[in-house]
Amino acid sequence: MIMAQALKKLTAQALKNNYAEAVTTGIVSRASSTWWSNVPMGPPDVILGITEAFKRDTDPKKVNLGVGAYRDDQGKPFILPSVVKAEEIISKKGLNHEYAPIGGESAYTDAVAKLAFGEDSPILKSKSNCTVQTLSGTGALRLGLEFVSKHYAKNKEIWLSTPTWGNHPQICNTLNLPHKKYRYFDAKTNGFDLKGALEDISKIPEGSIILLHACAHNPTGVDPRPEEWKQLSEVIKQRKLLPFIDMAYQGFATGSVDNDAFAVRQFADDGHQFILAQSFAKNMGLYGERAGALTLLCGDAESAAKIMSQMKIMIRTMYSNPPLYGARLVTEILTNPQLKQQWLSDVKLMADRIITMRQRLRAGIEGAGNKLPWQHVTDQIGMFCFTGLKPDQVERLTKEFHIYLTKDGRISVAGISSNNVDYVAEAMHKVTS
Amino acid sequence: MGSRFQVVEQGPPIEVFQLNKLFTEDTFKNKVNLGVGAYRDENGKPWVLPIVRKMEKKMADDDTLLHEYLPVLGLENFSNSSVSMLLGEDNPVITEGRAFGVQTLSGTGSLRVGAELLNKHLKYTNFYYSSPTWENHHLVFVNSGFTQPRTYRYWDEKARAIDFDGLIEDLSKAPENSVVILHACAHNPTGIDPTQEQWQKIADVMEERKLFPFFDSAYQGFATGDLDRDAWAVRHFVKRGFELVCAQSYAKNFGLYNERVGNLTIVLSDKAHVAPLKSQLTWIVRGMYSNPPAHGARVVANVLGDEKLFDEWRGHIKLMSSRVIEMREALRAQLIKLGTPGNWDHIVKQIGLFSYTGLTPRQCEHLIQEHHIYLLRSGRINICGLNPGNVEYVARAINDAIVKFPAKDDDSRAKL
Repeated sequence: MIMAQALKKLTAQALKNNYAEAVTTGIVSRASSTWWSNVPMGPPDVILGITEAFKRDTDPKKVNLGVGAYRDDQGKPFILPSVVKAEEIISKKGLNHEYAPIGGESAYTDAVAKLAFGEDSPILKSKSNCTVQTLSGTGALRLGLEFVSKHYAKNKEIWLSTPTWGNHPQICNTLNLPHKKYRYFDAKTNGFDLKGALEDISKIPEGSIILLHACAHNPTGVDPRPEEWKQLSEVIKQRKLLPFIDMAYQGFATGSVDNDAFAVRQFADDGHQFILAQSFAKNMGLYGERAGALTLLCGDAESAAKIMSQMKIMIRTMYSNPPLYGARLVTEILTNPQLKQQWLSDVKLMADRIITMRQRLRAGIEGAGNKLPWQHVTDQIGMFCFTGLKPDQVERLTKEFHIYLTKDGRISVAGISSNNVDYVAEAMHKVTS
Repeated sequence: MGSRFQVVEQGPPIEVFQLNKLFTEDTFKNKVNLGVGAYRDENGKPWVLPIVRKMEKKMADDDTLLHEYLPVLGLENFSNSSVSMLLGEDNPVITEGRAFGVQTLSGTGSLRVGAELLNKHLKYTNFYYSSPTWENHHLVFVNSGFTQPRTYRYWDEKARAIDFDGLIEDLSKAPENSVVILHACAHNPTGIDPTQEQWQKIADVMEERKLFPFFDSAYQGFATGDLDRDAWAVRHFVKRGFELVCAQSYAKNFGLYNERVGNLTIVLSDKAHVAPLKSQLTWIVRGMYSNPPAHGARVVANVLGDEKLFDEWRGHIKLMSSRVIEMREALRAQLIKLGTPGNWDHIVKQIGLFSYTGLTPRQCEHLIQEHHIYLLRSGRINICGLNPGNVEYVARAINDAIVKFPAKDDDSRAKL
């Protein structure tokens, strides 16, 4: 086929090229076929590409509003005080590095499930959840969706919000899982299109999967209000859909872990047997240590045990068992009452700084006399803000003002600080005037 | 409402973890765990390498160390050091820019990413593994999209050696572009490695049949105690001009089992393909876990990047591999002393963590039930589970099992 023809061509070419070398070095390279020439250059990842471009920029005023990692008011990465303390404690414990159980340590999975569902959740009491440690949020999404691809008996089609995190459809494509869209963001109001969402969801084929962001929607920052969540829950139930909830920002949105888990807990109360992906990348600043979790609500303990056995097989063939360094810190923080208190205030501190920056950014743009509405900047929640800027305006921000953000107009508010908020406000005003 | 997942059947337990569970729950005082492949010291305890402790303490005291995301393909200096360690730092393929590495989730993660690359981008569907091999190889490749699993003969039960003619015969019939999984050294589970001459012949047939080598290097340094000697096979194939991939694990040789530290080394014949390959690997990783965990890779990178620390680490591997060799000698000596039926030379001829003892499933069952000695049904034991305190006990038990359930009358292997 194509490969054989390509190989034949390449072999002839290689032999031609290698012949002289073979003669002089005495090494006859008989295995000269090039295996890889058919591999095309892959498209660059949009989000990661922004950071690369930012790094190359030498302008002193440059601002990175691309990647979603928290920065303090000095624009520096922030190591949470609770994490620092947890690291000291763990270091003193002198733990070994023996293999973790395939699904992670139970102290970890118990603690993270409690955090998501609430200490007194009947789900946890009945042990009807299958919870495993994963490689942060991405790992949970991949494992959960792969599990669905392999074992789900209903309609293997997933519905994603418009827009959604760039990697959601990518993971689906990797698994050959068909994905479709439901309306979510209302570009007219820069808010939630409840009517559009309900309309679309009510037409989704029964038994399909629907992906929801628990809080601090990425990339829009637009979250449904509690009454709206209830309506979503109802229509999802009517359509017998399987909800897959992605919770990457618990605590980060409003500053309260319980408030931010509202949708998760509402859906649990409403009896949905959903899938949940959790990440501790942002809310504990453990980005590179890859601490996350995947939960499947299975209805009863027996089903949970069965599912766990299959889940383990799937994990085993991907990476065998999870990395413990980050997970140990999470466990320490969540199970040590003092540390947990410290963490809750750390996460509130981060959320509050973001909220403050939103207020200052909006005030700055409005203060410059800009004619457009900017209420959405403070209405939206979490790390990201869908500014409403058009691609050409975004390009101007980058080219003229060295402010880096994604083409869709999404900014990471975490990249805004007291040092640059006025500059960014001024620039946003200029490109929209 | 019943669960949506009611249709999901209970999956079979993974033997080695099941075994570990039974061992943990066993309250017998003199129980011995010869199951899972992790190093144990002479007191039967896990051993955190002193260099690792030292490095972790240094990292813990470093206020400037952050937890930011690593690049998708991991820590570059980690990968560079890993590739050098595997191929030899002066290997021409490195200086020519046609060998590179990407950080992965230990050996398993390496195998998975490599298999995904070969299946999705080169469209390879056939793969071969030794009979027997590490139990996870099959499913890793199948779950990566490979559809034609095949075996090549390897372990000759009667001779307790490699069935080399069988191996060559099987590979001679392999279709072009079949991916062949080769254990770089310290074959798991048999402990028998091909000789250099045999490796050369394997390379000959693979060259002729245009087969693709996928090396699994989980024990570099652990087999002979010498990093370069343990990499001989991989380097030979590279010298011969093969393009290949190699999954590297730091679980055993650095004792970093639970931090999931690994590297996938890729050797190409043309450096022009490095960039496209890296970009495709980036997509594979992004769709699986976005970027790898930082902690373990930093430990390894810091050690490998410093000459003094690297030497200190070499000392640790020598210590571990020496203890293993010592215990092999000790076990054989005890078995001979007891007049145990059979020839036990294979115990010392084999290399690495494991020994394929040749015990039958019935004999293994007896060891577990009667003597609280835990090993796999296949007769595989982890030599590290032996120490001066228990080797006599284990030898006696083996003797007992063989005497009570002679191999000749045993058809339980047929049930394996």
